Amino acid sequence: MSAASQPQPAATSRPDPYAPKGLALTLESTGAILLALLWILPLAYAVWAAIHPAEYTTRFELSAPLTLDNFTRAWAAAPFARYFLNTFILVTMILVFQLVLGTLAAYALARQDFWGRDIAFALILAQLMIMPDALIVENYRTLARVNLIDTIPAIALPYIASAFGIFLLRQTFKTVPKELDDAARVEGASPLQVLMKVYVPLAKPTYIAYGLVSVSYHWNNFLWPLLVTNSVESRPLTVGLQVFSSSDQGIDWAVICAATLMTSAPLLVGFLLFQRQFVQSFMRAGIK
Amino acid sequence: MTNRATATIHGWLLLLPAMACLALFTHWPAIASFVDSFMSTPRARRPARFVGLDNYQQMAADPIFWKAMANNLWFAMGTIPTSIALALLMAVWVNDRIAGRTLVRMAYFTPTILPMIAVANIWLFFFTPQYGLLEQIVGAFGGRSTNWLGSQDTALYAVTVVAIWKEAGFFMIFYLAALQAIPPSLGEAAAIEGASRWTFFRRVQFPLLMPTTLFVLINAVINAFRMIDHIFVMTRGGPDNATTLLLFYIYQVGFGFWDTAYAAALTCVLLLLLALVAFVQYGWLERRTHYQ
Repeated sequence: MSAASQPQPAATSRPDPYAPKGLALTLESTGAILLALLWILPLAYAVWAAIHPAEYTTRFELSAPLTLDNFTRAWAAAPFARYFLNTFILVTMILVFQLVLGTLAAYALARQDFWGRDIAFALILAQLMIMPDALIVENYRTLARVNLIDTIPAIALPYIASAFGIFLLRQTFKTVPKELDDAARVEGASPLQVLMKVYVPLAKPTYIAYGLVSVSYHWNNFLWPLLVTNSVESRPLTVGLQVFSSSDQGIDWAVICAATLMTSAPLLVGFLLFQRQFVQSFMRAGIK
Repeated sequence: MTNRATATIHGWLLLLPAMACLALFTHWPAIASFVDSFMSTPRARRPARFVGLDNYQQMAADPIFWKAMANNLWFAMGTIPTSIALALLMAVWVNDRIAGRTLVRMAYFTPTILPMIAVANIWLFFFTPQYGLLEQIVGAFGGRSTNWLGSQDTALYAVTVVAIWKEAGFFMIFYLAALQAIPPSLGEAAAIEGASRWTFFRRVQFPLLMPTTLFVLINAVINAFRMIDHIFVMTRGGPDNATTLLLFYIYQVGFGFWDTAYAAALTCVLLLLLALVAFVQYGWLERRTHYQ
């Protein structure tokens, strides 16, 4: 792995005078790879434990036989099909509402000039600091008053107006040339048509970026769903996994690892397939 | 005149759905928490009544609250600098043409994608006494057995490590983006001046990364007061409240003891802390970041 055997970068990109060479590059690569191994260790262990019989959970022998038994046992130990369905409904519901509400609000904030706009914007941005997690007690009482506890909409409601989404879309809409807007209006398009035909298509990358962030956040969210759900019919995967792993059957690491992998599989597969888009969407979501 | 009125109606109609939800689930509960913190908890036979500062006096005398506060500060001091420093190191590394760059980058970022509640189970195994992974490694080097999550001395460190592992890769992405936005001509100019790589990093790259550091810092601070999923799986605040963080204590008081008034007072403290973060961000750090 010496520097000489490394393929040289294409001549089109200018050489970086501070790019490490020779021993420095080897050291840097080694450090980076060691840290990467450390970072991937929990996932690697989960894979190991999930695909080997339970007696090899703590014995790492290369000759250990492979099995898919843990997955079948995990699947049978909890109503995972239902949990998957609940999570799928939940993240879809949240995303659809976030996008619709966010688009309308962002359009008003970016391109309409009206009384009270700045106050409204400030009120929306307040949510960036006051995270919904801090308000669990009062939000629970609100939902209890309207008898929504233990339903999927109850998990979704506090999140469907997202200050982050509104802010992101507002920034994007602001970059749309005003001339396009004017031209569409001259053609006789109503404000709503202008929004749907001009702004929304041009903001597609932002929608995708925000969608990925939102889906992964709500797929993984735990505390709020734990509080407002108490039946299989409404519990998402994360809560189901927790109830399942603290069962009285004793801790079966192999089954827990299998369940863990199943729970995270859709996001992990999505991440592996769309790695570049995922990473870029996180960058774009953060920097604007 | 009428034009202006129409625009205002249009504008607010577009904002209405989002504003209604925000008012219902952000603004109202924040105000309600403040009001409730001066009331008693309503019970079956006794409705809530005004008790003034009683809840706050109870808080001042509550050793678990102070423990949670101290734990949260230690947790913040443990996670914030370490995860930011690691994120920067990771970003610098995967920005260079090192071997296996794509895979390394992916390895760093994977914890961000995984549900904390799921991986906490695996970390739980790592920390398990007798046969856990950490125990096997320590044992192989002849170290003595430790109950990492069961001992008051080590439990908070253990949950801090998991939080750092979860966050560093996420922050790396922002540093990586910022590093790639630095024009290559700066590096060329510095090299002509004969600056060492360390000097170039310290005097050019690092100052240019300041806005990113600020963004990451704010996120890290907020996360330090929000990240509690792994506490649920790994320790449930124990042993003897050694890993009880502020939000976890709010959960316990509000949903374990159903003392909603005291939970509201605790919520107000958490909101105050977050407001302080906002204040520091907009007031002081932002100005410093722009002046250099």
